[in-house]
Amino acid sequence: MLLAFPLTIFADETGIVLAEGEGRNQVQALCSMCHSVDYIVMNSPFMDAAGWEKSVRKMITVMGAPISDADAAVIVRYLSTHY
Amino acid sequence: MHRRRFIFDSSVVLASTLLPTSRVLAAAGDDLPAGTVASSSMHVLAGKRPLIKRTFRPPNYETPVELFRQDYTPNDAFYVRWHTAVPDIERSDWRLRVTASPSGSPREYTHADLLQKFRLHEVAAVNQCSGNRRGLFRPHVPGVQWGYGAMGNALWRGVRLKDVLEDAGLDRNALEIAANGADAPMLSGPDFIKSLPVGKALDADTLIAFEMNGEPLSNWHGFPARLVVPGWTATYWVKALMELNVLSRPFDGFWMKTGYRVPRDLFGPSGFESQDTDQSSAITAIRVNSLIVGPAPGATVPVGARTELLGIAWDGGSGIQRVEVSLDKGASWREAALERDRGRYAWRHWRFAVEPAQRGAFTLMARARARDGSTQPETLIANPAGYHHNVVQKVEYLAA
Repeated sequence: MLLAFPLTIFADETGIVLAEGEGRNQVQALCSMCHSVDYIVMNSPFMDAAGWEKSVRKMITVMGAPISDADAAVIVRYLSTHY
Repeated sequence: MHRRRFIFDSSVVLASTLLPTSRVLAAAGDDLPAGTVASSSMHVLAGKRPLIKRTFRPPNYETPVELFRQDYTPNDAFYVRWHTAVPDIERSDWRLRVTASPSGSPREYTHADLLQKFRLHEVAAVNQCSGNRRGLFRPHVPGVQWGYGAMGNALWRGVRLKDVLEDAGLDRNALEIAANGADAPMLSGPDFIKSLPVGKALDADTLIAFEMNGEPLSNWHGFPARLVVPGWTATYWVKALMELNVLSRPFDGFWMKTGYRVPRDLFGPSGFESQDTDQSSAITAIRVNSLIVGPAPGATVPVGARTELLGIAWDGGSGIQRVEVSLDKGASWREAALERDRGRYAWRHWRFAVEPAQRGAFTLMARARARDGSTQPETLIANPAGYHHNVVQKVEYLAA
């Protein structure tokens, strides 16, 4: 069965402003495929690099996020630097 | 084939209005992660009053504690929690597909079939997210950083799960019943499917509910039908229920095998033996708990005059035996007055009057004891996923 997955983004969610920095574009493009990025801000600042690595790996291996290893590394670096 | 639509449409966008940050958000703010405080706001979902937005998509919205003054939490104030997109189902399209034995073929019921064939039953019960109060864990653990409001108490009405399973020809070797909702997996992620042990599934209070507080379920709460599993955390209360499958082996989907688990024996026997491993158990019954509803933490109360405190207490279904309050940091405890008992799965309000003799800050603690003898711990029982937070609450007031 083919399910049309909603990629429409809430107007409100576009108001979330993530910190500027290298990797923000990858986060906006890839993480936002499945969830609003307030998940990131909400889970901060208590997460360390290992915590973010674990979280991003789970999104790829369990949730099926189509994120390359190169992008994953950039995302983890961005998250552990800014959040 | 059921038509599945999802309410991520423009009507929701238009109805969602940013409100000014209020005192409500500050209530548990001191204890939540700084990022949670910064990213939370009061928002209106379609048909709802302003709730505390933790995440937009999927929608995770929490009820402000001040709305727990009523016996039953109004539907428009009830917290919202989804793992993926919220289904939007037409009742005329909806079928419940029940496969009552591991090798059997499915039997389908329409909404009208269920109403016509089975007697309606009603139960008052607390629906509490497994991760309620996760944001208050120290050290913090990842996940939705809920404060105190990922819960509510409602009157649920529907047909007994038992009656439907038996009508469909429940297999005598049944071990678990797997329940699947219409919420679809993200990309190639795991579908949200939960299983129940056959004993809990056959409990006379376990329902396939259509109504909540006398109204049809809204989409936010699982229209047209959801499981109601009184006494157990809300992860089992599968919304937008589509499918029931009887199994003779433990269900091993992600949301049973990996998600929603607690360390083995940390909270006593799980009551779900087929899901126990050497290391962990599925989270099951709600732990005894209490909450001060008002006055709000940090409020100023008058010196030399009575102020009545209102709270709630609940557990996993044995019922509340008593609630005690301490004004001297736990050295001595006095019994609070319990309000009307709405049933063993419902929360129970309690009242306690204070009359401060002198000016200054004072701390109030409240702890509940259930009829099964369990009581709230003084220190947090740490666990990796941040479940079962039921530490005795300490609230500061100022007498002036």
